[in-house]
Amino acid sequence: MSAPVRSCDVLVVGGGAAGLSAAAAAAEAGASVLVAEREDRLGGILNQCIHNGFGLHRFGLELTGPEYAARDVARIAGSGAVMPLLETSVLSLDTSSRQGGRITAKLVGRGVGLFDVSCGAVVLACGCRERTRGQINIAGGRPAGVYTAGTAQRLINVDGALVGRRVVILGSGDIGLIMARRMTWEGADVLCVCELASEPGGLRRNIAQCLDDYGIPLHLSTTVTQVFGKVRLEGVELADVDPATRRPVPGTERRVDCDTLLLSVGLIPSNEVAATAGVGIDRRTGGPSVDESLETDVPGIFVAGNELHVHDLADYVSEEGLEAGANAAAHALGRRGSRRDDGIVVECGENVGSVTPQRIARGADEVVMRLRSRGRVQDADIVLVADGREARRWRRRIVVPSEMQTVKLSAADLPEGIGRLCVGVVAHGASPEGE
Amino acid sequence: MPTRQTKEFTCVQCPMGCLLTVTLEDGAVVSVSGNSCPRGKAYGRTEAVHPERTVTSLVGILDDFHPLSVKTAAPIPRERIDEVLDAIAQTVIEPPVEIGDVVIPDVCGTGVDVVATEARS
Ligand SMILES: Cc1cc2nc3c(=O)[nH]c(=O)nc-3n(C[C@H](O)[C@H](O)[C@H](O)COP(=O)(O)OP(=O)(O)OC[C@H]3O[C@@H](n4cnc5c(N)ncnc54)[C@H](O)[C@@H]3O)c2cc1C
Ligand code: SF4
Repeated sequence: MSAPVRSCDVLVVGGGAAGLSAAAAAAEAGASVLVAEREDRLGGILNQCIHNGFGLHRFGLELTGPEYAARDVARIAGSGAVMPLLETSVLSLDTSSRQGGRITAKLVGRGVGLFDVSCGAVVLACGCRERTRGQINIAGGRPAGVYTAGTAQRLINVDGALVGRRVVILGSGDIGLIMARRMTWEGADVLCVCELASEPGGLRRNIAQCLDDYGIPLHLSTTVTQVFGKVRLEGVELADVDPATRRPVPGTERRVDCDTLLLSVGLIPSNEVAATAGVGIDRRTGGPSVDESLETDVPGIFVAGNELHVHDLADYVSEEGLEAGANAAAHALGRRGSRRDDGIVVECGENVGSVTPQRIARGADEVVMRLRSRGRVQDADIVLVADGREARRWRRRIVVPSEMQTVKLSAADLPEGIGRLCVGVVAHGASPEGE
Repeated sequence: MPTRQTKEFTCVQCPMGCLLTVTLEDGAVVSVSGNSCPRGKAYGRTEAVHPERTVTSLVGILDDFHPLSVKTAAPIPRERIDEVLDAIAQTVIEPPVEIGDVVIPDVCGTGVDVVATEARS
């Protein structure tokens, strides 16, 4: 059997919010585009997020996830230059032969088997995965009834199954909070949400509208130390956590009877395809390290959305997808000048947990910088320091770890000849430490 | 003498989550503070006297294993949520459906329609 070989200017891996916007922008820039999506429909995680709260920035409307996805699907359907390949996974990228600078991707599709795609550029938009129980060490057996929150969300919202009746949720990230309300609305009893940290992980509005409305208690500095039950979960052991050491406090253990435990304990970018091409990963974001054009350290491979770094708002995922798609098209169509890899290094300064891009090419005219703080700062300044001298600051009413911050720099903010940029978050008017 | 009362809420209109303080006199709102924008003021006014929420859920589709996602086209009074969820849970509709199609008109007499948020053929 001879496998079909296809060719395009830009191959987009993943058809979620990031991939759909990347495809639209690449097509609008004149490129021919293939979007490979392993599921049987486009939209990615948006399809299972049936709650409203998407698109406030982009459309000025509070859409549900499926409505938001439908707008992007309609946009690429109208373009004619974008061909979606559903039930098709990208397995690997090969940049070794680089005939004429092209990249060869290996794909497998339902009904067609393995095939190659030859393309001028790639946008990686594979999204993220959830941290599982194995990654957070809870003692006990392996009873049914322990789910990651996103898996439960999919089972309930897409497959129409109720996963349990008495529920404990570990982790106060937005997915956990949204699921607390969702399960309550489906008739389940949500007993509590436990959070290891001393501050909630999710947005305040989600605590108000998903927990407070239904009287669901939020226990901060509390964790699950053990699960009980052989076949089905019968209960969990909760314990207080010492905020300083983040370890359970002996003697505070108590049992709560429940049949379901949802874990909302963090998301990690999916980098399997990136790894096959040897793309360099930033251990802070967990995603590829990129320059201001969202290009990885492998020329022609771009990345956007939750695969680059975990986002909280779909609107910004879409914005990033547009940037990556337009730049990938320019690369594939030979409209970019050659890269200068003696660029500026971007570092995390005071109170900054992660930042993209990790490097900036010299001569870049506009740079969108996205960062997450480590802690909460009310009336804050985001400060940019270039080679030890303050270059610019932006004032923010509040900066919290659960909300990604975006700042835009122009060529004028980047003094000639600098080698290192350091971004920090400080109280308004203060100078960053150690600079 | 009018009776004065203050209530505190987290504004849920955007991720800022401002802490609103609403002052009422004889049950009527006289002031809202703590908001950073006009939307917060409007939210505080309604929330203090008559909280409203948008409800999103699922209805069944004939001969389809997968349910269809729906929402109330506008916020409904918070105390009616359970009733509206029950009405939605009992609904099974026939395809095809387009986004925005009315699935339950005037749900539970709230004056608000339940509409489809995804399409199905
Ligand atoms: C539970 C939850 C609730 C959220 N709530 C909100 C909210 O209320 N408001 C808001 O604005 N944002 C919200 N977000 C954030 C936002 O919706 C997401 O961050 C955004 O949709 C992610 O888009 P993405 O394209 O990066 O990833 P995804 O949507 O995950 O898309 C990745 C796609 O790639 C596909 N894929 C992966 N690997 C391959 C491969 N090798 N080959 C082919 N295809 C592949 C996957 O099947 C998937 O479809 C929420 C996120 C989650 C998880
Ligand atoms: S008052 Fe305005 S800024 Fe504050 S949370 Fe409400 S909508 Fe957002």
